[in-house]
Amino acid sequence: MNTTYLPSDYLPIFIQLVLALGFIVGSMIVSHNIGPKRHSEKKDDPFECGIPVKGDARTPISIKYFLIAILFVLFDVEVIFLYPWAVNFKGLGMEGFIEMILFMGLLLAGFYYILRKGVLKWE
Amino acid sequence: MNLTELIIKSIIILVIFGVTLVIAMYSTWAERKVAGFMQDRLGPNRAGPFGLLQPLADAGKMFFKEDFIPSQANKWLFIIGPCLAILTALMSSAVIPFGDSIRYEGLTIPVQGVEINIGILYVFGVVSLGVYGIMVGGWASNNKFSLLGAIRAASQNISYEIAMGLAIIAILMMTGSLSLRSIVAGQESFLTWNVFTQPLGFIIFLTCAFAECNRTPFDLPECETELVGGYHTEYSSMKLGFYLFAEYINMFVSSAVISTLYFGGYHYPFMNTVHNALTGSLGEVTGHNLATLIGMLVLFAKIFFFIFFFMWVRWTLPRFRYDQLMNLGWKSLIPLSILNVVVTGFGLLYDIEYASWLIVIVMVVLAVMSSARAPKRVVQPQRS
Amino acid sequence: MKATEIIFYVLTAITLLSASFVVTARNPVHSVLALILTFFCLTGHYVLMNAQFLAAVNIIVYAGAIMVLFLFTIMFLNLQKEDEESKTTLTKMAAVVVGGVLLVVMVAVFRAASVAPYDPATYNTRVGLVESLGMVLYKDYLLPFELASVLFLVAMVGAVMLGKREPGDRHF
Repeated sequence: MNTTYLPSDYLPIFIQLVLALGFIVGSMIVSHNIGPKRHSEKKDDPFECGIPVKGDARTPISIKYFLIAILFVLFDVEVIFLYPWAVNFKGLGMEGFIEMILFMGLLLAGFYYILRKGVLKWE
Repeated sequence: MNLTELIIKSIIILVIFGVTLVIAMYSTWAERKVAGFMQDRLGPNRAGPFGLLQPLADAGKMFFKEDFIPSQANKWLFIIGPCLAILTALMSSAVIPFGDSIRYEGLTIPVQGVEINIGILYVFGVVSLGVYGIMVGGWASNNKFSLLGAIRAASQNISYEIAMGLAIIAILMMTGSLSLRSIVAGQESFLTWNVFTQPLGFIIFLTCAFAECNRTPFDLPECETELVGGYHTEYSSMKLGFYLFAEYINMFVSSAVISTLYFGGYHYPFMNTVHNALTGSLGEVTGHNLATLIGMLVLFAKIFFFIFFFMWVRWTLPRFRYDQLMNLGWKSLIPLSILNVVVTGFGLLYDIEYASWLIVIVMVVLAVMSSARAPKRVVQPQRS
Repeated sequence: MKATEIIFYVLTAITLLSASFVVTARNPVHSVLALILTFFCLTGHYVLMNAQFLAAVNIIVYAGAIMVLFLFTIMFLNLQKEDEESKTTLTKMAAVVVGGVLLVVMVAVFRAASVAPYDPATYNTRVGLVESLGMVLYKDYLLPFELASVLFLVAMVGAVMLGKREPGDRHF
C-alpha cells in the first residue's frame, strides 16, 4: 500500500486527462466533418413544439433554484469540515465527537429555521 | 515513481479507459435487452448475434448525423457543454481500485489508476463538476426547455451531492482514511463489508447515485412528457451521443464506487484460502497475479450487478414529481444521513459495530406501524 | 531545470492567462468557465505542495459549489439588457481606485510576511495530508471552527431574507 503520498502520484491523472481530451476532440472533429450540413430558417430556430418562437430563453429563473444553490454551498462546506474529523474520529475520541455535535447542532438549528420559513417548499 | 512503474501505470490507465468505453457502449445494448426482457419483447436482435453489434451501428449513425448548431445558440458554449459532460465522466474512474496488485519483475503495482490520499474526494470533486456540462449545454442552447432541464438537473445534482457526502462520512469514521484502497482493505472479511455495518448509509448512497446519474426515478431533467428532451433538446449527432454516453459512463463509475465502498471491492469470501492455494501451487508471482485476476473478475461481477440494478429500477419505478424529489433529498435524506453519522459515532465510541442497524430497525417498525394504522383500502370486486 | 519547476511555471502561466481572461471576457459564462480553469490550476499548485486535502477542497467547494452558484446567478440575471449605462466614468474611476488600493495592500502584506525556511532533509511531506490537518483543526483551532458554525447560521438566515418572494415575481 502507498505510504508516502507524493505529488508524483498524480502523474497518471494527467495521462488520463490527455487520453480523454484526445478522444473528445477527435470524435468532435470527425463527427463535425462527416455529417451533412443543411440550413433553413425554420430549422435554425430553437425547438418549441412547432409553434413560433416567442422571446428567447435568456430569461430570469425562479429564485428557488438560487436559494437551493446558496444552501448547497453552505452544506457543502459543512460536509468538507466533516471529512478531516471523520478521518481522525478514533484519534479525537469523545472530545471530538462532542465538538462535532455542537457544530452540527448549530447548523441543524439553521436548517430547521430554513424549513420553517418554507424555503424548501415547492408548489 | 520510476519509468517502468509509470509505463505500467499508463497501461493500466489505458486499459481502464478502454474498458470504461466498452462497458458504456454495451450498457446501451444491455439496457435495451433488459427493457425487452422486462416488457416481454426481444430487444435489439438484428445487428450481429443477439444484436451485439447494435452499439457499433448506433455509434456509426451518431457520427454520420448532421452536427447541428442552432443559429440563436451560443456556438462555443454549445460545443463545450457535452465535451465537459463526457470529460468529467471519463476522468472519474482514475482512483477506483480494480484489483489488488500485479507483481512484475520485483515490483508490486496496484491495479488502480492512481492511489492517492484523498481517493474518494477526487471522485466527489469530479462528480461535482459534472453539473457544468449540463448547465452550460442547456443554457447555450437558448431554448426554454433546455434551460429548464439544465436548471432542474443542476439543482437536483447539487441537492443530492450533500446527502451523498454525508453518507460517506460514516464509512470514513470507521475506516479512518479517504483512500479507496484503504477502505477496501478495511472490508477484508465478509461480515465487515460496509453494507452490513452501514445499511442506512448504503441506501442513502444508492439513492443519491441514482439522482446524480439522472436515472429513473430521478430523470426529471429529461422527462419527455414535460420538457421534450430536457437539456439536450437541441443537440444532435455526436454531441447528443456524448451526453447519453456520459450517463452510461457515470452509471458504470457509480456502480464501481458502490461496489468499492459498500461491497468490499475486489474482496470475496474465502479470498485468502484461494490466494494461498494459488500461490502454493503456481508459485509466488503467477499465483498472486492469478488471485488478483479473480478478484478483478469478482469486482466486475459486482459492478455488472449494479448496472443491471440501475436498469431494473428504470423499468420498474415511475418518475418522481419535482417537489417530491426535492423533499426526499432535503427533508429526508440529509437529516437521516446526519442521524446516521451521529449513531455511527456513538457505536464506534462504545464499540458497537452494527449500531446503525438501530435506525433501520426503528424505521422499519415505524413504517409497519403507520401502515397498520392506515385505513384499509376497500378492495373493489372486479367484474369481468 | 527540474521537472517540478517546469510544471510549476507552465501551471503559473496558465493560471495567469485564464485569470486575466476572467476579467476581459465579454460573456459572463465564458468568464465563469475561465474562473473554473483558474481554480483548476490553483489545485495543481496545491498538489505540487502536497496539500492534497486542500486540493480536493478547492475543487469541491470553489470549482464545484461556488462556481455553480455563480452560474445560477448569471442565469438569474436578465442578460438581454446591456447594462452599459452603469459603466460611467465615475464607476470606472472608482473601480480603478479600489483595485489600486487592494494591490497596494497585497504588496504590503507580501513584503511584510516572512516565509519560514525549511530543511528538505527533515521536512515531513505528510504535513498537508488530511490526517495531520484534522488533528490541527480539531485540537489547536477549535474555537475558530466552532465559530464557523455561527457564521453558517448567519449565512443561512441571510439567504432566507434575500430570497423572500415578492408579489409579481416571474418564475418557472
